[in-house]
Amino acid sequence: MLYLTPLLAWAQSPQPAKGGVQFQSADVRAMQADEFGNPGMLWVERGATLWKAPRGAAKASCESCHADGAQSMKGVAVRYPAYDANLGRVVDLEQRINACVTGKQRDAALAYESQELLALTAYVARQSRGMPVAARVDGPASATYERGRTLYFERQGQLNLACTHCHDANWGRTLLAEKVSQGQPVDWPAYRLEWQSLASIARRLRACYFGVRAEQPAFGSDDLLALQLYLAKRAQGLVSSAPGVRR
Amino acid sequence: MMLGRVQVPPTVKRGEPFEVRVLVQHPMETGFRRDLDGQAIPINIVDTLSARLDGREIFSAEFGSGMSANPYVVFYATARASGEIVVEWSDDRGEKGRVATVVTVA
Repeated sequence: MLYLTPLLAWAQSPQPAKGGVQFQSADVRAMQADEFGNPGMLWVERGATLWKAPRGAAKASCESCHADGAQSMKGVAVRYPAYDANLGRVVDLEQRINACVTGKQRDAALAYESQELLALTAYVARQSRGMPVAARVDGPASATYERGRTLYFERQGQLNLACTHCHDANWGRTLLAEKVSQGQPVDWPAYRLEWQSLASIARRLRACYFGVRAEQPAFGSDDLLALQLYLAKRAQGLVSSAPGVRR
Repeated sequence: MMLGRVQVPPTVKRGEPFEVRVLVQHPMETGFRRDLDGQAIPINIVDTLSARLDGREIFSAEFGSGMSANPYVVFYATARASGEIVVEWSDDRGEKGRVATVVTVA
C-alpha cells in the first residue's frame, strides 16, 4: 500500500478523453469512417441476416421478440457491460446475446469469437453509432466495477506493468511502431488489421495481457468482465462508431 | 454463398470512367501458416474475381496468397447505357460468391 499511494496520485484518467481511433494513422481512420470500405460492415451485414433467421428448438429469431433491430437496439450496446436482473450478474453484450440464444431460442450458446456471435454483436453495436458510452456502475454492478478498477491498477505479468502505466501515464507516446492509446473501449467490436478479422473487446484485452506477458484470463471470465466494466465507465461520454477499425 | 459488397456512384456520366468498389469476405488463408498445434493450415484463397456490365466483362483478376483477408478491390469502368454490374468470384474450394448492383447513366 505504501508504494501504491504515490502511484494512484499521478495516475489520473486521461484528459481530454480520446477514442482509440484517434491514435490510428490517417489511412485507418479513413477506413473506419468509410461506410462501404469498413470491413466490419461485412459482419454487420451478416448480423442483420442472422437477426431475422429462426434458430434453435424454439424456432425463434431475434426479430420475433425485438422486432426491427435498427429501432429496438438503438443505444443498447453502449450500456454494456451491464447488470442483468434476470441473470443476476453483470454481463457483456456477447453474454447477453448468448442468454437469448440459450434461453429464448433454446440453442447451444455461440462460442466466443465465432463468426455468428461477432456478426450479431457487430449488428447490435452498429445501432449505437454516434451515441455516448453510458455504462452504469451503481447498485448491483458496483462490486464488479470495483474489481475492475483494482485490476486496472494492479501490476501483472513478467513485464510487471499495470494497465495504468501505459494508458494513463504514457498515452500518446510511441511504443515500437505504435502510438499508445488511452485504452478506451469504444468502437468495439472492431476489425483489427493485424488479425484480419472482426474481434471483441475481450480479445483485445487478452492481447494486452499477452503483451505484458501475463496469463490471459479466459473469455467470459469475471476478470475480463470487471475490466470491461471499469473501462466502459472510464470511457463515459465517448462516442461509439462501432464497428471500428484498428491496426 | 459467400458475402460481398459492391458499390458504384449513384449516377455516372455516359462514357466517363467511374469507380467500382468491391469488398469480399474471405479468410484468404495462405497455406503457409500453422495452427497452435503445429498442424499446417490448408490454403484457402479466392483465386478469381470478375465483373461484367450487362454481360460485357469489364474487370477480371487472379489473386494469389499475398492478398489480405477480406479482399478490397477498386477499379474503373465506363458505361454507355444504364445496366447491371455483376461481380462474381470463386475460391480454390469451388465456393462461389456473387453480388450485383445497378449503374444509372444520367
